[in-house]
Amino acid sequence: MTATEQLKIVIVGHVDHGKSTFVGRLFHDTNSLPDGKVEKIKAACERRGVPFEWAFLMDGLQAERDQNITIETAQIWFRTPKRQYVIIDAPGHKEFLKNMITGAASAEAALLLIDATEGVQEQSRRHGYLLHLLGIRQIAVLVNKMDLKGYREETFRAIETEYRAFLKQFGVEPTWFIPISAYHGENIARPSAAMPWHHGPTVLETLDSFSVAQPEQNLPLRFPIQDVYRFDDRRILAGRIESGTLRVGDKLVFSPRNKVSVVKSIETWPVGGRTEAKAGESVGITLTEQIYVERGQIASHETDAPIESDVFQAKLFWLGRQNLEVGRKVKLKLTTTEVECQIQSIEKRIDASTLNEMDPNARGYIARNDVAEVTVRTKHPVAFDNYDRLVPTGRFVIVDGRQVCGGGIISKGEYPDRREVLSGIKSTNITWVKGEVTREARERRNRHKGGVVWLTGLSGAGKSTIATELERELFQMGLHTYVLDGDNVRHGLSANLGFAPEDRTENIRRVAEVAKLFADAGVLVVTAFISPYRDDRRLARSIMKQGDFVEVYVNAPVEVCEQRDPKGLYKKARAGQIKNFTGVSAPYEPPEAPELVVHTDRQTVGESVAQIIDYLKQQHIDQDFAI
Amino acid sequence: MDHLDKLEHQSIFILREAFHKIERLAMLWSVGKDSQTILWLARKAFCGHVPFPCVFMETSFDMPELIALRDRLTQEWKLNLVIARNDAALAQGMNHKLGRVTCCSALLKENLKQIVEKENYGGLIVGVRRDEDPTRAKERYFSPRDKHMEWNVEDQPPELWDQFNTDLAGGTHLRVHPLLHWTEINIWEYAQRENIPNVPLYFAQNGRRYRSLGCVPCTFSIESQADTYDKIREELRTTTQSERSVRAQDQESEDAFEKLRRDGYM
Repeated sequence: MTATEQLKIVIVGHVDHGKSTFVGRLFHDTNSLPDGKVEKIKAACERRGVPFEWAFLMDGLQAERDQNITIETAQIWFRTPKRQYVIIDAPGHKEFLKNMITGAASAEAALLLIDATEGVQEQSRRHGYLLHLLGIRQIAVLVNKMDLKGYREETFRAIETEYRAFLKQFGVEPTWFIPISAYHGENIARPSAAMPWHHGPTVLETLDSFSVAQPEQNLPLRFPIQDVYRFDDRRILAGRIESGTLRVGDKLVFSPRNKVSVVKSIETWPVGGRTEAKAGESVGITLTEQIYVERGQIASHETDAPIESDVFQAKLFWLGRQNLEVGRKVKLKLTTTEVECQIQSIEKRIDASTLNEMDPNARGYIARNDVAEVTVRTKHPVAFDNYDRLVPTGRFVIVDGRQVCGGGIISKGEYPDRREVLSGIKSTNITWVKGEVTREARERRNRHKGGVVWLTGLSGAGKSTIATELERELFQMGLHTYVLDGDNVRHGLSANLGFAPEDRTENIRRVAEVAKLFADAGVLVVTAFISPYRDDRRLARSIMKQGDFVEVYVNAPVEVCEQRDPKGLYKKARAGQIKNFTGVSAPYEPPEAPELVVHTDRQTVGESVAQIIDYLKQQHIDQDFAI
Repeated sequence: MDHLDKLEHQSIFILREAFHKIERLAMLWSVGKDSQTILWLARKAFCGHVPFPCVFMETSFDMPELIALRDRLTQEWKLNLVIARNDAALAQGMNHKLGRVTCCSALLKENLKQIVEKENYGGLIVGVRRDEDPTRAKERYFSPRDKHMEWNVEDQPPELWDQFNTDLAGGTHLRVHPLLHWTEINIWEYAQRENIPNVPLYFAQNGRRYRSLGCVPCTFSIESQADTYDKIREELRTTTQSERSVRAQDQESEDAFEKLRRDGYM
């Protein structure tokens, strides 16, 4: 016996254009119906007092028998002498577009039905466009119910001309247009005597001419990690090879993060010892060097790694009940990667049934059944390919409210590879040299710049209060931030220093150096020190990268500060118990050109904090980094 | 890759997704041909291991041949066997003479509900295939069931490009169907290729064999000369009998099986 080849086909088209009837007929004509099935349906029809319908065969569920609409994607099988077919009967009702997409997404070829009496309808066009978007290239268009139009060739040709022109707009050439009558079985399994003018094949001949998809073994290797197993002493990386070929001894790079190791073995059960695995196979591998690898990373060969970026263009179709607004955080799943993402902008909205472009700015969201061209931004860089180049790593779904609500294909485009920025290596000809994590890389991940907000002013002016409040606000905005103040510096880092001028200078120098390290680490530091001397502050500024240092003069008259005296220090200073107290027994040199002045005698703490945040925003401290 | 390789690797991918995503995952193990296939695929997926419990639904009307194979493989394959039985219903004398669907409801459906609750399973691997029955044709690979174990067939989330709906609301559990895309013939082609152990009841003796196995009183053998894999496949290629026509409980009304399925039956 030879192996049974299998081809998955989807049947789509406008509601009531006869899909279910067609499938019923197909089954009957290929002798694929179980004994008694037709009699069972006939009996059910009689009981309900309705005429016999082939459609009842597919519509297995009670609800559908009542409503006469195919709700869910059903799959059934039939055979020709050549092979076995899996039929996915996709519903035509607009409400059920998600089922059509579910059905079509797994198909290798499509039959699209158009009712000869109604002609090309909204869903005929929408389905045609979506088939193209889903990557189905083997399409036959069946013009059904020809019997109701007297089997006239003109009717058929008119529909063919109109629909051909529509498909041509996005580059689709159907394999065949076939005039049929599903109800009477014309041109299904046998050529129609009623339509001698049709010289093309029957539906069954067309189906047998389609080819079965084979996994892409000759394209670049993509092996997304699905899981890491440690059932015994082996550490096995499990996954399915989506494209290419993997061999023992191959050097693999794991994207993102670009760790490199070599394939030690391919683990299979019950028989091991394989040296090669190909696209389509779910395998497990072990590595010679134990590097940290996790689910979601994609293994490839060094010479042809995937793109790595946190922003890309895509064509997206949306099926969610809730709109997808620009900027709303949802989950993206691409192979085995899951990452938070958002639509950064909508470039184009397309009415899939007319191909008319709708105003992308008319609304900042994508609604159910919309197709749009969008820019997607992910929270962390992900590895992917252009859909045109590699299908499995070039498409993704979006999960909203725990359900898959949309899908997209990554558009052709030049993506500057983040690999270089992130790790100092180029994607082409990758060599993992030092793996230095740069400040830029940290800032990109953090999505904001590092820097220092240097608060200076008298004791009691409100520096600590502002610092604490500012830190809280920045933290809630999602920034990485930290306050350095007397409380956490004087007791440790500067524990050996007093308040003499030279000690103050040294204290400020240490604070500035620490602040610089924080800024380099990508943190937005807030310092709260009196820092009374201009020279000291100038030194602090000079240590920082230009633009990193934001000097904020927290200004309140000394009388006001003395009145506040939150720690009772002025009192002690006046009593001579504290030497070198700024404003009393030591000078304070106000800044000459600070970036900001906040007047705490006239402003609330909230106002001062808002003023600082406004300034930081103007400086694009939290800007999204464009490519 | 031939079609069996394709089926196999797709199923392995699904099993691995389930294992990664679902806490407290278990499989329903009837020891019938489909669940034998899953068990075999699991050992391929997890490099020789079966890393989840195998739940056997005992009704007290079980075929002795299935029990014998179950106990042998539990030993040989080091399986974590969990036996579920609705003792309360059995104590009250539940049996098929009280109505086949009633009996299935108590000894299988209710039994299943109880074990899922007791063991707090987050997901169940089940060996249903789309070609068995029209209601199963509408299944997804990952199919959520609410806390009453009901299946909302009219509004299932889309499942595309092998991205499954694995994020669950509280009170739901997932049914995972790794064999959904297989047909009965595929099961036998694969069993032959891989030499998967199955009970001898499937092969004809004295002109009869079983095509589908359930409880003793409700499962009928068919007339058949198919005593080898090749003959079984040849028989299936030409048969116009449906697979579940030998299961008596399905025949009680037009939608008996559908109602059972909606309420949580496999």
